[in-house]
Amino acid sequence: MSSIFFWRKKREEETSSKAEGNAQSLERAGSDENLTPTTLPVRNSKRGIRSLFATAKFDSSDLQSLEEILLQADFGLAASEKIVAEVKQQAKLEGASTESELKQILAHVIQTQLATASRELNLSSGKLPYVFLIVGVNGAGKTTTIGKLSKWLTEGSWSVVLGAADTFRAAAVNQLATWAERSGAKLIGPKSDGQDPASVAFEAVESAIAESADIVIIDTAGRLQNKTDLMDELSKIRRVIEKRAEISEVLLVIDATTGQNGLAQAKAFAEAAQVTGIVLTKLDGTAKGGIVFAIQSELGIPIKLVGIGEGINDFAFFDPKEFASGLVA
Amino acid sequence: MFGNLSDRLVETFRNLRGKGRLSPADIDATLRDIRKALLEADVALEVVKDFIQSIRDRALGDEVSSSLNPAQQVVQIVNDELIKILGSEPRKLRYGKTAPTVIMLAGLQGSGKTTLAGKLAKWLVSEGETPLLVAADLQRPNAVEQLRVLGEKISVEVFAPEAGSGLGDPVKVAKDSISHAKSKGLSFVIVDTAGRLGVDKEMMQQAAKIRDAVKPDETLFVIDSMLGQDAVNVAKAFEDGVGITAVVLSKLDGDARGGAALSVASVTGKPIIFSSTGESLDAFEPFYPDRMASRILDMGDVLTLIEQAQKAFDEDTAQEMALKLAKETFTLEDFLEQMQQLRKMGSLKSMLAMMPGAGQMRQQLDNIDEKEIDRTEAIIKSMTPVERHNPKVLNGSRRTRIARGSGMNVQDVNSLVNRFEQAAKMMKTVAKGGTPQVPGMPAGLGGVVPRKKAKDKKKGGSKSGNPAKRAAELNTKELGIKPAGSGAGSAFGIGN
Repeated sequence: MSSIFFWRKKREEETSSKAEGNAQSLERAGSDENLTPTTLPVRNSKRGIRSLFATAKFDSSDLQSLEEILLQADFGLAASEKIVAEVKQQAKLEGASTESELKQILAHVIQTQLATASRELNLSSGKLPYVFLIVGVNGAGKTTTIGKLSKWLTEGSWSVVLGAADTFRAAAVNQLATWAERSGAKLIGPKSDGQDPASVAFEAVESAIAESADIVIIDTAGRLQNKTDLMDELSKIRRVIEKRAEISEVLLVIDATTGQNGLAQAKAFAEAAQVTGIVLTKLDGTAKGGIVFAIQSELGIPIKLVGIGEGINDFAFFDPKEFASGLVA
Repeated sequence: MFGNLSDRLVETFRNLRGKGRLSPADIDATLRDIRKALLEADVALEVVKDFIQSIRDRALGDEVSSSLNPAQQVVQIVNDELIKILGSEPRKLRYGKTAPTVIMLAGLQGSGKTTLAGKLAKWLVSEGETPLLVAADLQRPNAVEQLRVLGEKISVEVFAPEAGSGLGDPVKVAKDSISHAKSKGLSFVIVDTAGRLGVDKEMMQQAAKIRDAVKPDETLFVIDSMLGQDAVNVAKAFEDGVGITAVVLSKLDGDARGGAALSVASVTGKPIIFSSTGESLDAFEPFYPDRMASRILDMGDVLTLIEQAQKAFDEDTAQEMALKLAKETFTLEDFLEQMQQLRKMGSLKSMLAMMPGAGQMRQQLDNIDEKEIDRTEAIIKSMTPVERHNPKVLNGSRRTRIARGSGMNVQDVNSLVNRFEQAAKMMKTVAKGGTPQVPGMPAGLGGVVPRKKAKDKKKGGSKSGNPAKRAAELNTKELGIKPAGSGAGSAFGIGN
């Protein structure tokens, strides 16, 4: 993940110099001549993932104990059973029996199951501004995630607009404003208290278009997925944005400490907002976030980003290989 | 609330019910189901293991084999063990020997501490106390501002000398808040702290310093009811790092199974004393372990229900209503009044979720559209007093006028009148039969239609050309409303 190219608008100084030679070979989806590929800063994901075996002992003669270890990492019953069955089969085929061999098989099984989906952020279509909609339950870490994303993009000299469509929680707009300031993004917030969130989102997109911004990231209020009216509100926000621009990503933010309810969250948000990727936050704690495995294998929604701390740079692209090998380390 | 776990256990016990005696194999099969249910409910594995073991021990003992109804005994044992873990009696908030009583909130990021601080303060005010909210979360951007806004909403003073968002010393703020509260003669201090991870040594030390600075009478550990297996680690870390005195369960209005409550209570041995059940600042209640345990067994939380109903439903009105029922003069105005009473009790959904047997209805409950009450209100308010007192005069042209006045369709008016008539009939039956009734749990609920089904209504082409008749058909067919007197369940218009 050291050099990913994303298309953003050319700055004036870039339009004059056509020295970006190495970019010529890149295939570009957009047809706009004013686009330029940018390299975004690297964020390291190795920090934060704790081994499954850090606290739990694994008895290599008893593969069933593996199931318990996966259960304790919130993989859930169904997924744990499935993974263990696969490991057993592989072990039999390869004649593996030592602890390290089995761990490797486990890592491989987890990695292959996670490896299928495309997990790059959709920042290459060339249809600017890219619109990101950030959704999730209360307290998952949406606003913090936006702050980190925003900083990452502005560091790559993108022009970023943040839309504060969480008009419900006290001071949520101020919280986003702080992140906007820290990351050098423009904030579009409600003009009056309790303004309809969809209209704030719309205005943010309008403003991004008017100012030729590269990306607009919309923050939404946290909502529990069983609140039908709030989920409908989310669909409305989506619809309203789509009147003005295509939505590139709908990221569902899930707290790594979440248990089996995470699957219900993913289902409900996918239905209401057509989620395109998962952001797994708070992975720097003791929680392993195993529920995302079930989310990806059952719903096919890839995990795209991980949050690994409260600092503005503390996020990374999710890498199944790192995740899997980190888990068994 | 614990719903899915209770659904599971009910399903498990249904299999047991038919049997006269249980074999050890039966017990094992049951225990497997219970284990599965508990794991799916996010109860931590080590807690599940202990739990299953103690049930097995007791179930295999004489207690069951010699009893007449072993299935009931197993239910009893599970219930006993749940109560044993959750605590047998509700624990009250501990007051300090001298004012102010100091409450410190601690927990992971995003567990709901700041919102809880607001709810707690509001509740204390209603108890006649004078709380001070202390903004000692100087970490999260604008946490201070959030608390300030909450304080303003409930007219409670907020002690916030530091701007926060990374600036200021939370220990000093906490310390100064105590002398501030003393100088103002306030009775409670609620210290909101930053969210922190159990593994973050520096932050845990800071929490310990805040604790030492304010010497809390209660250190409340706030946990999200969606918390998974990590609940055990987190609880241990906070117990070791800060030393908690009690637990608060937040976001219990979601559909998480809430097994974390069992995990945390089990590993810390600390009681859960409050639960937080919604985004409004009133959505806050004491945690009743025994009621919660019976809720897990799907016996419903009748006690809480009655308590809330009594709070809102004024005795005289209830008497009057009973009198009207006996005299058969129940009018649309009464219908409306009942609905307004009902609203006073708080969220309709959280009320319904507490009803016995709500497990099966939960899916439908989630689809109830509370705005339906508003619509019903609009229709009734568009009627003349004569019409409200005697719905029989409602002919076609009156109905058209009412529909226009309330911004609804004639069908909506028809369906309301229908529901009213059925409700009135049913209430009469109940009143005559003398069946004990929960005050404030009237048939008015019939006015609430599950949203999804209401949508279906439009699609399903009816045969009848008469709008009133069509509405009647739909009511019985699709909304599941049974004829009058068929039991309380039908009054909800949700079906059984």
